[in-house]
Amino acid sequence: MAEAPSDAAFTGRPAPQRRSWLAGREATIPWITTPLLLAVLVAIWHSYVRVSGISPFILPGPGAVLSDWIDLIQSRRAWFHAGMTVYATLVGFFWAALIGVVLGVLIARIRWLELTLNPFIVATQVIPKVALVPLFVVWFGFGITSKVIVAGVLAFFPILTNTVLGVKSIDEGHRDVMTALNASRWQIFRRLELPSALPYILTGFEVGIVLAIIGAVVGEYLGGNQGLGHLLIQSMNGFETSQMFAVLIQMSLIGFAFYFSIGLLKRLLIPWHATGGA
Amino acid sequence: MVLCFMLSDRVAAPPVIALRAIEKWYGTRDRPVHALSATDLDVGAGELLVLLGPSGCGKTTLLRMIGGLIAPTSGHLSIVGRSLWARGERQSDALADLGMVFQDANLFPWLSIEDNISLPLELKGMSATARRTKAHDLMKLVGISGFEKRWPRELSGGMRQRAAIARALSYDPKILLMDEPFGALDAMTRDAMNLELQRLFLTTEKSIVLVTHSIAEAVFLADRIVLLSPRPGRIDQIITVPFARPRTLELQATAEFQSIVLGLRQRLTEIS
Repeated sequence: MAEAPSDAAFTGRPAPQRRSWLAGREATIPWITTPLLLAVLVAIWHSYVRVSGISPFILPGPGAVLSDWIDLIQSRRAWFHAGMTVYATLVGFFWAALIGVVLGVLIARIRWLELTLNPFIVATQVIPKVALVPLFVVWFGFGITSKVIVAGVLAFFPILTNTVLGVKSIDEGHRDVMTALNASRWQIFRRLELPSALPYILTGFEVGIVLAIIGAVVGEYLGGNQGLGHLLIQSMNGFETSQMFAVLIQMSLIGFAFYFSIGLLKRLLIPWHATGGA
Repeated sequence: MVLCFMLSDRVAAPPVIALRAIEKWYGTRDRPVHALSATDLDVGAGELLVLLGPSGCGKTTLLRMIGGLIAPTSGHLSIVGRSLWARGERQSDALADLGMVFQDANLFPWLSIEDNISLPLELKGMSATARRTKAHDLMKLVGISGFEKRWPRELSGGMRQRAAIARALSYDPKILLMDEPFGALDAMTRDAMNLELQRLFLTTEKSIVLVTHSIAEAVFLADRIVLLSPRPGRIDQIITVPFARPRTLELQATAEFQSIVLGLRQRLTEIS
């Protein structure tokens, strides 16, 4: 053993002195390292701003950003804008999820529909959808509708493709069980296809919700006078760089909240799955 | 005396499975594959019949046709006196007498072991409390009590297969169809499962049709062995295994057991 430490890999014997400090702590380590790393980055940022004497119009210090962010969360107007962004994201995501899942199930089950729609799905995947935003503004105006639609369109495709994949990757052996049990079409859908595809669908949701926020914000950049995207552009035009940072922080926090909500949904709906947590 | 009486009783009872000129073609019109040529076969009530043969002999095809998973190209198939197929449709009353166990346990990973076992009862609309009682009884029967709330991935291969057998028994079918049920298990677990299956067979009075490619498993388990030969699949011979039950693992060391195994092995080499 001592003269050949690589033996451990072949005999399957653990090498405790080398890996033990990580064992059993994998879940807790990020809770320590993440704030630590964040603090280090903020410290670097702070000292860079101090030492370089860079103009606060280009890069404000963390202190200025923090105080602007506190102003932001105390302002009713800012919460109204945040609310509009959340609204556009959620409504867009809702329609994307509904249409994406239903169409995905149909495409996966009906062969001719898949053959007909597949070229279009591939084509629309390739089109940079954000580039269509001006068109949506022309069609649906500067109001909330165009934001909802941009959010929905962006969220739609990952949900659709994941649903198709999920329904298609149902285990043939599981199907045999249901066939042998003489299950009805509805029972097969409800008891086999849906739960089987659920991890895939929720992964689609996870990607989709983040894209929906991007869609809503980009929609707000281009038109109208509502939403965090609009607030960001407004701050830019007023050279209020530290307020831009504050808005960015606000957007990121909303993004985190959505992403973790889907994570929570996973824990609730697919506790049996490896990605569904304990 | 008792044995003679039982044997005569068995012969007199009508078969639980009757195949008449069952034939199966696969593939396209241009390149048809003859999977099984016209086959007649009866399985008696309370019989353990083993389908044995080299790969490509159509033994799994035959079993899946009996289980109603694939339709025969031609011929007639009846389960406990009822036609399995009529006008191209599977008949649900015939299916109710069949329970299937596959090589993989095929448990649904999103259901607890208990819910997996009672899934057939749920599909048939039984109430939740009645299902739970039934599932607990079945788990006791197959020896996995205490694992009710576990996920399938938390169980070993052998335990998962026990759960799959419990699931197939849940609605009390007269016939159990098993497609290489222990083929994915290690040798030790496999021996244990063979004994377990024999115990279930003796206590539940089911008729069992089991597919295997293990000659020793076939001889150990079977009342009769149907030896199939390939291209196209057809019955080569039917061997009656004379050993009394319950059989023990020591039986496998006896000269009589060995000679049956040897005879089958020679024949298998000739036909495959």
